[in-house]
Amino acid sequence: MATVFIPTPLRKFTNTTPKVEIQGSTVLEVINTLTVNFPDLKRHLVNADGKIPSFINIFVDDNDIRNLQQEQTAVKENTIISIVPAIAGG
Amino acid sequence: MNPQNIKFSREELSRYNRHIIIPDFGLEAQQKLKASKVLVIGSGGLGSPILLYLAAAGIGTIGIVDFDVVDDSNLQRQILFGVNEVGQPKVEAAKRRLQSLNPYITLNVYNIQLTSKNALSLIQDYDVVADGTDNFPTRYLVNDACVLLGKTNVYASIFQFEGQISVFNYRNSKGEVGPNYRDLYATPPPAGLVPSCAEGGVLGVLPGILGSLQALEVIKVITGVGEVLSGRFFSFDALSFESRTFNIKRNPANPLNGTNPTIKELIDYEQFCGVKAVEKKIKEINAIELNDWQVRGEDFQIIDVREPYEYEIVNIGAELIPLGTVLDNVSKIARNKKVVVQCKTGNRSGKAIRELEEKFGFENLYNLKGGILGYIDDVKPELTKSKY
Repeated sequence: MATVFIPTPLRKFTNTTPKVEIQGSTVLEVINTLTVNFPDLKRHLVNADGKIPSFINIFVDDNDIRNLQQEQTAVKENTIISIVPAIAGG
Repeated sequence: MNPQNIKFSREELSRYNRHIIIPDFGLEAQQKLKASKVLVIGSGGLGSPILLYLAAAGIGTIGIVDFDVVDDSNLQRQILFGVNEVGQPKVEAAKRRLQSLNPYITLNVYNIQLTSKNALSLIQDYDVVADGTDNFPTRYLVNDACVLLGKTNVYASIFQFEGQISVFNYRNSKGEVGPNYRDLYATPPPAGLVPSCAEGGVLGVLPGILGSLQALEVIKVITGVGEVLSGRFFSFDALSFESRTFNIKRNPANPLNGTNPTIKELIDYEQFCGVKAVEKKIKEINAIELNDWQVRGEDFQIIDVREPYEYEIVNIGAELIPLGTVLDNVSKIARNKKVVVQCKTGNRSGKAIRELEEKFGFENLYNLKGGILGYIDDVKPELTKSKY
């Protein structure tokens, strides 16, 4: 099971849970299962084209999926997936 | 100025003694700090600790850009300021505070808003920029200006309990330039999706932590000590104390400095961030008109979208449905007669109306222009607003 870290701005859609364990062999599968379990997340994580919006970064362990295989990046047991949206406060 | 030619007075040597005696830092690093010029954009939550620590460290010239004035609600986190500074321009108050901390440095203040028209000429004179701003358009502006001018941009941002920090556009000793903000977030979120600190809130100490880290990175960039956080992006969750350092890379598609750069000058950042979207016109009435309706006995509903504590201070007998709960209480809002929506000044009530019209197709809503403050001024001065 991969662990997905939910960022603060999106926790209101996961009943305030900061970490969720999800089964899946690619990032896409994990995101799809996540949005099935928490449907309100979908409109924030997946845009109209079915892609992850560019103001949200997804990291598999310490690496940006855009430098790996994008949504097809492989996910293993104990993989940590971090969802990191853009924030601007100062 | 060549750092090696920098001299210190006896007082300065005494002041910076604890830096100078660190074996891996020493007089050489202190000379580099004194020779450097750092521009800090924003003197608020992040800017306060950045400025305090850079002034304490002995950065020779510090520029401060901010067009805002000190407000009561800033004091929960903007530790540069105190009660006596409320109402004063932030840069002036900051300069006084910082000069009293370190009289041996030069402080340049710019009581202006950073825009595409002035950013390049302002940043040009400085070696390093620290981004302590609070909105997306300015963050992209600072980023782009730094890339176009070849300046390092020490960036951080915060929201509620989370913070991020990285050093953008850093040229290392091999001459390689690291990623910048557009490599990380190619486009901003749609306007209105990510609330500001004023709308979403922030734990006061959080910008203190991230801003201090920014000051640290500025010092490392200038002195060459340690490993600068370039090509790395640090994310911190204050509640769980989880933090991660992610690896980030330059994106060949970056329109600023990728393989085929298309952006060669600063753009309209508000347009880029969708902030300039034309707002749909909503129906409005002013306090005098509302009073007319009341006097004439017209059949209408009034809704107040403020918070309960505001309602307790002063109200005009409207039905209280706080802004955050409006969409869940649509059944309480009449469809078959006029409904006046009111808040403190007309801002929040306008937002509520737009949402209700867009999401639920209401066509009978009227914004009370000027809000309850306008109503008190024009209709019922005997109502108190002194505690408001």
